[in-house]
Amino acid sequence: MLKIILAVVGRDLKLAMRRQADIVSALFFFVIVVSLFPLGIGPEADLLRKLAPGVLWVAALLATMLSLPRLFADDHRDGTLEQLALAPHPLGLVVTGKVIAHWLVSGLPLALIAPVLGIQFDLSNDALLVLTGAILLGTPALSSIGAIGAALTLGLRGGGVLLSLLVLPLYIPVLIFGAGAVDATVSGLGGEGHLSLLAAMTLASLGFAPWASAAALKIALE
Amino acid sequence: MTDRFNLYKYAAPATFYPLAGKLIPWFAAASVIFGLAGLYLGMLVAPTDFQQGEGYRIIFIHVPASWMSMFIYLVMAFWAAIGLAFNTRLSGMMAQALAPTGALMAFLSLWTGALWGKPMWGAWWVWDARLTSELILLFLYIGYMALTAAIDDPRRADKAGGLLLLVGVVNVPIIYFSVKWWNTLHQGSTVNLTKSSMATTMLYGMLLMALCFWMYSIAVAFMRVRTIMLERERHTDWVKAELEGDAR
Repeated sequence: MLKIILAVVGRDLKLAMRRQADIVSALFFFVIVVSLFPLGIGPEADLLRKLAPGVLWVAALLATMLSLPRLFADDHRDGTLEQLALAPHPLGLVVTGKVIAHWLVSGLPLALIAPVLGIQFDLSNDALLVLTGAILLGTPALSSIGAIGAALTLGLRGGGVLLSLLVLPLYIPVLIFGAGAVDATVSGLGGEGHLSLLAAMTLASLGFAPWASAAALKIALE
Repeated sequence: MTDRFNLYKYAAPATFYPLAGKLIPWFAAASVIFGLAGLYLGMLVAPTDFQQGEGYRIIFIHVPASWMSMFIYLVMAFWAAIGLAFNTRLSGMMAQALAPTGALMAFLSLWTGALWGKPMWGAWWVWDARLTSELILLFLYIGYMALTAAIDDPRRADKAGGLLLLVGVVNVPIIYFSVKWWNTLHQGSTVNLTKSSMATTMLYGMLLMALCFWMYSIAVAFMRVRTIMLERERHTDWVKAELEGDAR
């Protein structure tokens, strides 16, 4: 079981490394969106500190959306996806591997660069730590829930816009607890409860969402 | 056994089409009757609320609309599950026929809520947990309709939409509770609906209006499902016979 997942992760990572521009552009989208907010709102440090968790999380949601359509589209176009579906392994495991690879190239870089952007918003060290942890814990849930949307909209006209329409409402709990963790730290309440719930959501969605995506892929491939 | 037989019989569009056609006038008439009775009780008989004055009377529309918006989503998810499990054609059509009505109910509930909120709270919109989750429910309806509209093949549209509905129905409680928690954490609940025991006439008025909305939803969903059936089954003999019968 682990072997299949690791094989898919390795393959997807290799493919992603050959097209590094995609990873970098999603990352810079995140950076630019976050940097636009102070320009729109004004440079008051108090206000920015208050807005930082929400702004960073919403930008992370959008940056994840940006890379989701590619999750299955390339494999669908060249027929690899059909071969994967025909393979004797459960399709859910293959999707799990793809979700993990997607997180490694989209969620992980966001978590690594988030503290730097947090400094722009004058967040304290504790808050920066919690912010990084929350994005690390929450983005796998974004990737796995997003995979359902990516599979449902596979090969459709206007797939990208449709995808965000389907997936963004489902991201709301992750947004609430992700931003809430940082908020609670800033206000001195402690974000452990939020982080635990975030981890629970990630585990649940990593466990269940790939199978829903696999069912959606089978519908799309019929 | 005859009951079972009947259920299977009406799962086919060719037999359900005339049945729905026969039932529509009944549901429509029931909707009008319940609506008139409910409005009479709600607008004329029910006493004026000592706190909210006459403005509270919008709940006779607002509450039934909210109930229906949530219930219709569950019914759609039920049809989606049936459709995915037994591969029936009719269930996907039913889900698609219900979606616009559900979205309408969610919108009505938000709109009447805003109209009520302005004089009562002094704001069209507050980020109350219930308002926010109703808004998200509207988004879910719109997502479902957008997905089924984007897929040309009706069978795939039914199945993909059905899967989305099931994913949505699993997520709705999670979304609801996270929104609720978010709201209580961020600010003290601005909305304190201290619902003292309602006058019985108010309750009856509301129940009658709820029945009216139920009957309306069923009638409209049947009308819509009939047009969907005609469109999808336009190559079959029974549709041709049906349309020729109409032309005569």
